Amino acid sequence: MTEITLDVNGKKVTKTVPDNTLLSTFLRDHLNLTGTHVGCDTSQCGACVVHVDGESLKSCTTLAADIADSKVTTIEGLASNGKMHPMQEAFKKMHGLQCGFCTPGMVMSAIDLLNKNKDPSDKEIRDWLEGNICRCTGYQNIVAAVKEASSKM
Amino acid sequence: MKSFNYHSAKDSKEASKLSSSNSAYLAGGMTTIPSMKLGLASYKDIIDIKNIKKLSGIKVSGKSVTIGATTKHVEVANSKDVKKAISSLAALAEGIGDPQVRNRGTIGGSIANNDPSADYPSACIALDATIHTNERKIEASKFFKGMFETALKKGELIEAIEFKIPEKSSYQKYPNPASRYAVVGVYVAKHKDGTRVAVTGAKPCVYNDKDLSKVLDSNFSVNSIAGMELKSSDMNSDIHASAEYRANLVVIQAKKAVEAC
Repeated sequence: MTEITLDVNGKKVTKTVPDNTLLSTFLRDHLNLTGTHVGCDTSQCGACVVHVDGESLKSCTTLAADIADSKVTTIEGLASNGKMHPMQEAFKKMHGLQCGFCTPGMVMSAIDLLNKNKDPSDKEIRDWLEGNICRCTGYQNIVAAVKEASSKM
Repeated sequence: MKSFNYHSAKDSKEASKLSSSNSAYLAGGMTTIPSMKLGLASYKDIIDIKNIKKLSGIKVSGKSVTIGATTKHVEVANSKDVKKAISSLAALAEGIGDPQVRNRGTIGGSIANNDPSADYPSACIALDATIHTNERKIEASKFFKGMFETALKKGELIEAIEFKIPEKSSYQKYPNPASRYAVVGVYVAKHKDGTRVAVTGAKPCVYNDKDLSKVLDSNFSVNSIAGMELKSSDMNSDIHASAEYRANLVVIQAKKAVEAC
């Protein structure tokens, strides 16, 4: 067992968990933050993407112990005062989701892209979202949503 | 995933002291963690080496580029120094996996794992690399032993990889559309003392294609290797590509690489 302290969505949390606890498990099972989804569980689909110290990563392939004392942002940490993040607004406006399972990872990944590249081309958006799979295959509107968000962020 | 004890080492000495016959070093974890989750591997102790400062970073001298073992793919891909000295190496790093994998995965991990389709081993062979460990220096040509097998001894830790700067070079990968691993990847590097044509994805282990290297040594041009037929009997054959397809693809990717040089 190991004691892990993280800053999750601006709140300091400390939990004692088994050493082999994945970050996705830590968030979902220990903090009840189930917005981070586990899809393939083999680091291919990207539904579990969160930000750790500002960089996107796949939480199903990261040990919680490995990122102890870091700052974590999940999909639950984006809205403020009941107002959606511009990326969430854009996904809603452009119908960038169908079943919605991949959406938390898509949104977190796309925000990391815009943090690095404020005005990406369609190709840059598609290249960046390579690690995020939408099995409804709604990619056109996802790209449109990221484009829309880039004009607002 | 089976239980294990997690340790974070402060320096190479502590890491090697913690290692045993039932331990593994953890860098980015992009292969180690999925392998443990799938039950393909299990360890009593996981020794995290990411907090060892000495193992991360990029140094360029007149003749070589040295990259610390825990340097992430994204750092190599974005490094101005690497782009300037060996642009093909930065381009290779940019093509590994996806952004989230590049944010975590490390060069040392890739090389220690020696996946038959991984990108970095081909760079080591083509750029005549020297692998620095906590115990010795190993030439790349003697490092990659076979499928997922290297010259590393139990508990030996890669500290850095030193690449020779070539006159010109290019890496051309034909990626699997789903995994982005190389169906075949060919790294051509022209050095003062000869040309190396490192091939990944085609055989159980990365190798220098001596037939292609020899022809390019006497005439470094696309035409000189066009139409060459390589032996396919020892090449990989799976649902993605037959051995014959791969043999042909090696020549095609080599031509693309020579053209891009």
